[in-house]
Amino acid sequence: MSDSPKQLDLAAVRARLDGARGREYWRSLDDLAATPEFQDLLEREFPRQAVGWSEDEDANEGRRNFLKLMGASLALAGMTACTRQPTEHIMPYVRQPEDLIPGRPLFFATATTLNGVARGVLAESHEGRPTKLEGNPEHPATLGACDAYSQASVLQLYDPDRSQALSFNGEIRSWQSFMGAMRDTLAQQQAKNGAGIRILTETITSPTMAAQLAAIQKLYPAAKWHQWEPTGPHGARVASVLAFGQPQNTYYDFTHANVVVSLDADFLSSGPASLRYARQFAKRRRVHEPSDSMNRLYVVEPMPTPTGTKADHRLPMRASDVEEFAHALGAALGIGEAPKGGDKEHTKWIPAIAKDLQANQGASIVIAGEHQPPVVHLLAALINDKLGNAGKTVFHTDPIEAHPVDQLNSLKELVADLDAGAVEMLVILGGNPAFNAPVEMGMRDRLKKAKLRIRLGMYVDETSEVCQWQVPETHFLEGWGDARAFDGTVTIQQPLIQPLYGGRAPVQLLQSFIEQVDRSSYEIVKGYWATQHTGTDFEAWWRRSVHDGIVAGTALPVKTPAVHAEGLVAGSAKGAEGKLEVVFRPDPTIHDGRHANNGWLQELPKPITKLTWDNAAILSPATASRLGVQTGDQLKLTYEGRSLTAPVFIQPGHVKESITLHLGYGRTAAGRAGNGMGFNPYGLRTAKALWQDVGLDAAKSSGSHEFASTQNFHMLEAPDRRHIIHKATIAEFKKNPEAPHEGAETPPKELTLYPDWEYKDYAWGMAIDLNSCTGCGACVVACQAENNIAVVGKDQVRRGRAMHWLRVDSYYQGDENDPAIYNQPVPCMQCENAPCELVCPVQATAHSSEGLNDMVYNRCVGTRYCSNNCPYKVRRFNFFLFSDFETPSLKLVRNPDVTVRSRGVMEKCTYCVQRINSAKIDSEKQDRKVRDGEIQTACQATCPAEAIVFGNINDKNSLVSKLKANERNYGLLADLNTRPRTTYLASLRNPNPEIEA
Amino acid sequence: MADELQVIEEARPEEIIARGYTFGTVTDQIAAVVLSKHTPIFWFACFAVAIGLLLGFLLAVGALFTQGLGVWGLRGPTMWAWDITNFVWWVGIGHAGTLISAILLLLNQSWRNSINRFAEAMTIFAVACAGMFPILHLGRPWLMFWLFPYPNTMGIEPNFRSPLVWDVFAVSTYATVSALFWFVGLMPDLGTLRDRATNPLLKVLYGVGAMGWRGSARHWAVYETASLLLAGLATPLVLSVHTVVSFDFTVGIVPGWHSTFFPPYFVAGAIYSGFAMVLALAIPLRSVYNLKGLITDKHLDNAAKVMMATGLIVGYSYILEAFAAWYGGNVYEMAAFWNRMTGPYKVQYWVLITCNVVAPNALWFKKFRSSPVILFIWSLIVLVGMWLERFVIIVASLAQDNLPSSWRVFESTRWDWLTYLGTIGLFTFLFFLFVRLLPMISIFEVRTLLPSAKVKGKGAH
Repeated sequence: MSDSPKQLDLAAVRARLDGARGREYWRSLDDLAATPEFQDLLEREFPRQAVGWSEDEDANEGRRNFLKLMGASLALAGMTACTRQPTEHIMPYVRQPEDLIPGRPLFFATATTLNGVARGVLAESHEGRPTKLEGNPEHPATLGACDAYSQASVLQLYDPDRSQALSFNGEIRSWQSFMGAMRDTLAQQQAKNGAGIRILTETITSPTMAAQLAAIQKLYPAAKWHQWEPTGPHGARVASVLAFGQPQNTYYDFTHANVVVSLDADFLSSGPASLRYARQFAKRRRVHEPSDSMNRLYVVEPMPTPTGTKADHRLPMRASDVEEFAHALGAALGIGEAPKGGDKEHTKWIPAIAKDLQANQGASIVIAGEHQPPVVHLLAALINDKLGNAGKTVFHTDPIEAHPVDQLNSLKELVADLDAGAVEMLVILGGNPAFNAPVEMGMRDRLKKAKLRIRLGMYVDETSEVCQWQVPETHFLEGWGDARAFDGTVTIQQPLIQPLYGGRAPVQLLQSFIEQVDRSSYEIVKGYWATQHTGTDFEAWWRRSVHDGIVAGTALPVKTPAVHAEGLVAGSAKGAEGKLEVVFRPDPTIHDGRHANNGWLQELPKPITKLTWDNAAILSPATASRLGVQTGDQLKLTYEGRSLTAPVFIQPGHVKESITLHLGYGRTAAGRAGNGMGFNPYGLRTAKALWQDVGLDAAKSSGSHEFASTQNFHMLEAPDRRHIIHKATIAEFKKNPEAPHEGAETPPKELTLYPDWEYKDYAWGMAIDLNSCTGCGACVVACQAENNIAVVGKDQVRRGRAMHWLRVDSYYQGDENDPAIYNQPVPCMQCENAPCELVCPVQATAHSSEGLNDMVYNRCVGTRYCSNNCPYKVRRFNFFLFSDFETPSLKLVRNPDVTVRSRGVMEKCTYCVQRINSAKIDSEKQDRKVRDGEIQTACQATCPAEAIVFGNINDKNSLVSKLKANERNYGLLADLNTRPRTTYLASLRNPNPEIEA
Repeated sequence: MADELQVIEEARPEEIIARGYTFGTVTDQIAAVVLSKHTPIFWFACFAVAIGLLLGFLLAVGALFTQGLGVWGLRGPTMWAWDITNFVWWVGIGHAGTLISAILLLLNQSWRNSINRFAEAMTIFAVACAGMFPILHLGRPWLMFWLFPYPNTMGIEPNFRSPLVWDVFAVSTYATVSALFWFVGLMPDLGTLRDRATNPLLKVLYGVGAMGWRGSARHWAVYETASLLLAGLATPLVLSVHTVVSFDFTVGIVPGWHSTFFPPYFVAGAIYSGFAMVLALAIPLRSVYNLKGLITDKHLDNAAKVMMATGLIVGYSYILEAFAAWYGGNVYEMAAFWNRMTGPYKVQYWVLITCNVVAPNALWFKKFRSSPVILFIWSLIVLVGMWLERFVIIVASLAQDNLPSSWRVFESTRWDWLTYLGTIGLFTFLFFLFVRLLPMISIFEVRTLLPSAKVKGKGAH
């Protein structure tokens, strides 16, 4: 309201809105009765939903009711919080829901989305509470695995900071009054063919929403639909038009790829199909016999990513130089022209890579990163085409997005319309454009130029702050929806719980454009599919589709379109000399900022950097020393006349003269967890440089910053005398299978005074394949969700008190500017000669009959001696009351099978003992042994690379026994004679002999 | 009384009691400290500081109990830091008292008679301070009784393999025997005070404490036997308690802890710091209460010699530690020792080397040993050095152990400081109460040092 030139407009809007509200307030019952909604309302004998109360009543009643409900839910949820508990009546179900056995979880198929693209999951429901997600094994994108975002999304569901009420300018309103306002505006727009309507969404793959938007377009032909998502395949969308003449969707199959060249593509841990890719990729690196073959991965990238850590050859390269590299690679394969005067350092591997690719025609992949410009994608498509990979390892289909457009252009058009004053009604579905649009657009202020601004959002965030209407959005576990996966496969998103805060699904808001009847999201989605399904068995087909989590036959057919090389322009304009490159990337844990209020994701140590709760100006040791800065110093970054101050984080392996900034931090209206964390790189990000550009100036600034990092940088000693990471090249391994273990000792079993343990039935063990692990961190969040692990906050992480039972260690080897990076997940080793068991004075940690080092929380007095004596440092101590016993909604997310730990006790990985026991009970009921693979620990179940294998080591035929018998198997710190039950399979690399000179 | 005191000559360097004392004057002088209505300003000043620190201690413990262990700087991987450092430091200090009262008694070192009473009191108060840490440092201190083997419905016992359980027995036994020994030794003097007190209340209180001591020959015979028996009991404790405490570390497999020579090294260190504390207490006390005739320069000299001897053993242990790390060829031990010398705790390490290895060598020179001021300063240096020694052993070893990924540097908080200073306050508080309320020097034992006591022949007890 402070912006004075626009005062007239705003005043007009306000007056009009005030009028609208007034009329509604005074509207008589007779008036109401004339409307079809009222008729509908009268016809309804019972409200169809528990949320029905709000729209059945007028605004005052609604507010009163809202408060009542708030109070009731607080009281209800607070019941278990107090030490003095109110009377609770435990009653059996009068009519027991089908299949529901109290104490046993049910699983329902649904899907999460990342940049609009579905990842199929199974949601675990305990008596109606979704508590955890697992991958849906039948879904092509997940194959049973799960990523960190999906794992953490259950916490978002219960986030107490979510938008809890529909509001107009901050005042709580009923859905009815919102609908009234909508109706009035739409009635006005009807006359103008909807010329003033603008709908701004994120990327949409949902067939239902696509149909709704098409219907809206039909009703209001002049209305416009814009899309903006700050991350996602912007370059690929443009490139697909360049390469194929029309938008295309591309995906890969790594199963048959012997050689993979990644042009700044983190395909193993980001992107909609990364889980599938990681699984396929890992399969090609699972060397069990010395005779097994292994694929080879070349990566060029600026900042080490999980994919980069798996590379057999990783070349740190400025993101803007990747184009030059791609040109050179193309030229070596006979495509286009080689760049002139290219950097020798960049092209030194080209002949060897080209030779390798040529030798593997039809069995190789060149993959361009999401954040690379269209020309790199075009080159990758041309190379793949030339190598005959299309149809074998690279697949093209019609686009999965409802309307693939250049989102930057789409947003620019909206900006132009806003400036022209053409936008009378702006509906923003999700997203957060006020926060994450290119900075020069000044979206936060520009949005105010729209007369009526309606926001559907899960949080009252930066965008909601500039919108009049804030409509709480349902979480995907609260409302119906649908979405397509990377190959087009549709998943019906089914909710598991009624909306906690009376939210509305996006399909409901869109439906209100089309018809006046208030429909549930279920009706809308099912209604859409009823029109799509041909045949009489719709109900059965629908049930099958919802149950399976995939709609059969919706994967888009693979096409082999011709690739056009016309769009290829040789060489690129190099940025200003002597300047640094700025690289913007989505944050590995909070993505574009949408997960900023998610404590699990904030506290998840980011792959490689191990930072939590923070972003940083990440740069290489060489650049840091040139700029004279240390980790924690402040840098003033200036780009295109805008500047911000960011703390330095030195990352070995980062390319020189380049600074990576992770987006998503610096939120001001994220919620209690996300506000004030980190700095906001969107403040430098322009439309010209969405991802990278040369032209950044950096100068040391005053002040210092203390990062909350869970691991300090550790270069492996050379030689690695602690033998932490056993590693070899495949050639060495083939020559001598003992090569990875050279120098490592394991003392004889008898070297202890205590008698050996005897395990009659089961002996649980775990094997972790370091060759598969990408270090993505999904297992850490899965463990947190499964085991009710507390979030401790930034300050406590700084003090080394993070509670994760499972951590992923990173080690570096070689030159600090270009090291090899190794990831090592470290859960409890469940040692046979457990140092922790020996020293606990109260026997709170004891050896179980199945070989677990059981931790008895009730018995623990907290001497912490066990942790001191644990050489693996896997024990975590509750220094304070870290578990939240107060917030009502957060109690709902807890796994009822796992104790919530209190202050003063030690905790650690249990191998998910609750899952073991549950499987054992099942097997005993059926008078059989637990089958191999029947028990999956949370980390194992979620691991996309299948790096973690758990099972009974008494059974010589179990997978884990076979892995432990593998020649690559070794125990971490085995020379201490702890005889760890968790063992590792050595890491192997497959370098190109022509390069490794 | 005052007239008589004037005939007491200044003690010569080799004398353990100044000439001129009689049975009467000894009794007068020591009893007067307690029975006099006059309390020196020095006492009030120290007592005020002690109470201030004690209140700070209560505040720190309050914060600890209400919020949790997180108020201290503890963090993974340094799950022990100041808590156990303080525990070991205080237990170690206690050792000198037992050594003086028990071992020197058995060895017939009669010079101990003038210092054993307050040294024993020091032991008890130090053990009291030490004994609190194993409880305070628990995550759930209210369950500390689970460390004791008591019959319970859970049918569960402590883990007898755990050195912490051994600690419970060692320290509680030590506290019991020390308290008993001290009290038995007090009885004859309490009888004296009862007889001399004019205040009826004090008469009753001292009388109760004296437990009917009348000084009969039979009493003395029983006393002598009991005293010898208790000395016999306490003697192995001097060695065993700190041995057991050192087991907390040696049994652990943490590099930097896992060494077989810790027991003798720790015992030597304990006596070293204990004698430093004896000196730190005796030197100001004898000045303030004008007891230079009873606690002579010879005592200080002897204590300094013991301090230096044990200090040299400690220094030898450091060398041995380094040698073992190198000679053992164990990569973790070598790295642990290297980190100790050059890592984040190098300052603490080299300060402790200076305090514990370099500084005591000054005591080779009689000049240093004969200067109470220097000895006082030296004793403080040794106390600081020994605190740092335990800190470095515990914290530096834990902070950088086997897996480098978990390494993290410990940072103390103000609550760590307040808790530690608070126990110093508690110790001082108790000690000054003792000085004011009980004879700080054993009256009857000092009397045996007088020439007039030796008519029956030398060395009789």
